[in-house]
Amino acid sequence: MADVVRVVAADDPVRPLFSPAGELTADARGTLGLSPHELRDLYHKMVWIRRTDQEALNLQRQGELGLWGPYQGQEAIHVGTVAALRPTDWIFPSYREFGMGMCRGIDPAEMLTLFRGLSHGPWDPRRYHFAPLVIPVASQVPHAVGMAMGSRFKHGDDVVLSTFGDGATSKGDWHEAMNFAGVFRAPVVFLCQNNRWAISVPLAKQTAGSIAERAQGYGFPGIRIDGNDVLAVLAAVRAAAARARQGDGPYLIEAMTYRMGPHTTSDDPTRYRSETDLERWNVKDPIPRYREWLQGQGLIDEASLAAINREVETAVEATRNRLKSAPVPAAGEAIFGRVYQHPPDSFLEERQEFESSLESN
Amino acid sequence: MEPVTMAKAINLSLRDALAGDDDVLVFGEDVGTLGGVFRITDGLQKAFGSDRVFDTPLAESAIIGICIGLALRGFKPVPEIQFDGFIYPAFDQIVSHVAKYRNRTGVSMPITIRVPFGGRIGAVEHHSESPEAYFTHTAGLKVVAPSTPGDAYALLQSAIADPDPVIFFEPKARYYLKEEIDTAKEVPIGQARVARGGSGVTVIAYGPTVSIALDAAKAAEKENISLEVIDLRSLSPLDMPTILASLQKTHRAVVVHEAPVFGGFGGEIVARIADDGFDLLEAPIARIGGMDTPYPPARYEKLYLPDVDRILEAADLALAYG
Repeated sequence: MADVVRVVAADDPVRPLFSPAGELTADARGTLGLSPHELRDLYHKMVWIRRTDQEALNLQRQGELGLWGPYQGQEAIHVGTVAALRPTDWIFPSYREFGMGMCRGIDPAEMLTLFRGLSHGPWDPRRYHFAPLVIPVASQVPHAVGMAMGSRFKHGDDVVLSTFGDGATSKGDWHEAMNFAGVFRAPVVFLCQNNRWAISVPLAKQTAGSIAERAQGYGFPGIRIDGNDVLAVLAAVRAAAARARQGDGPYLIEAMTYRMGPHTTSDDPTRYRSETDLERWNVKDPIPRYREWLQGQGLIDEASLAAINREVETAVEATRNRLKSAPVPAAGEAIFGRVYQHPPDSFLEERQEFESSLESN
Repeated sequence: MEPVTMAKAINLSLRDALAGDDDVLVFGEDVGTLGGVFRITDGLQKAFGSDRVFDTPLAESAIIGICIGLALRGFKPVPEIQFDGFIYPAFDQIVSHVAKYRNRTGVSMPITIRVPFGGRIGAVEHHSESPEAYFTHTAGLKVVAPSTPGDAYALLQSAIADPDPVIFFEPKARYYLKEEIDTAKEVPIGQARVARGGSGVTVIAYGPTVSIALDAAKAAEKENISLEVIDLRSLSPLDMPTILASLQKTHRAVVVHEAPVFGGFGGEIVARIADDGFDLLEAPIARIGGMDTPYPPARYEKLYLPDVDRILEAADLALAYG
């Protein structure tokens, strides 16, 4: 470990890609090296995860899900981030990164069983390098740093992405994790999805300063970028990950976005925010914005847009059907099955009693 | 083997665990260069390098939080929390994640959290607490507390080898207790031991109160009162068969811990006896422990902590009952 922590600024590979306002420069956009197919695929994925989000909202209203936390408006971050990383790079999400999980290949129907009340974590994180959705705000950030420290200890070439919202930056765990990452030069990219709302509390009441600039205090660079531009997110995460991969330590990206929906289906945003605020962000909606760019570049036509919509509709219908036919695990296994690897005898006795009581009822 | 202190026995156990498995990591505040404020990790960084034994920033929640990522990657983290009273900032990580991550993901969390605990060291506030009941109340954790150097060595081996998370409470006032230890002896988690055989009253203790109970048994012997002392060693899981076997002989019990009695772990022991051994009892079970106050300033700790006289008095009452 270095005795003196150096703030890397001169050789910061991310900052030159962006204007001072956090927009991806035209030059940087032109040199991303993505094929037309890859560029269209980013659009396809954004449409797919948004449509799935809407479907989940519908399913919640139909009583098929207990709760849903929409991510509408944040699709550019979900899609751009996963596209920027290697499949072996770990992602540690909070609770709103459902779309990221989809992009990592986890079956959305399987993930939705969490919101259907069937499981607290329906996938094996090691299979997808995608940690479970974590609900206590910011508590997942130190987990990501531990994974990144482990990568360094094992001399691995993988990096870790830790994502969280603006509200998380108020928590002690966030600070502790950022500080550990700096001290241990952990290969971790911190990605703040600043969607301007922590349930009802707006950014101005959450923090008095800049989130991105706090990185300096932890000994690594930070940048604020346009989080509603999928290519900007991809470029920033890719450059920050490459930097971490070569041993230059953590990076903080503050991606500015907007939570267009409620916090969850239990929330009523009309109590705390105005229509005009939402309208201001509607024009920055990442999906039409990117579609217009693709069209302007001649990379997509009406026929392919229609084909994407058809494919997405088919996928969403299949997801809905798989969810509705998802097996309901037996209660004994669901409640007791995964608590311990070596369960104590008394624990097994309690399970046995519980299962017997079910049989006798 | 020469007699060793409990501090040395734990050091040896960590050393053997680090030597036996490259995935074992030891870290925490001051555990590297200094060797820990109690010198429990003395010499380990020199022997195993600073990627396996390392100092962390002063942040208990992150010390425990990084264990999740490390365990997901296949490491066996053995973090140290410097003092009992400093574990509370890590409470959320322990209860919300260390204890529940396997239930959430199916991935085992072989994490052993070492915590010096208990009083009787004349310390300032926050250095003498007994927070074990917070953790025994949390499913997914195993909670142990050895009372002798030999058990400390062996139980730590079991804890580190266990695929589930273990809170390992070390009775810091007994760090300098010495005995010969047999490093080949195994102590599985969940097994109490009869520290001294007897027939009149069963005294159930763990960690720092075991030696008090043994002193009480010696003193009682002079008055022809026979106390059987059970050293629980493991609080969760709790070895009820050993407790009930003892009650078959004595029909009377006294439970002793340093933590406040109200809401303390002794309540669980008594309730379990009432559930499974009600017919064995010939007297009410006494609980001896701290009062329902914060741990007092050091000058008063002897008045607060269980002592020989309180145990003898409770034993007398149990024998005289009915």
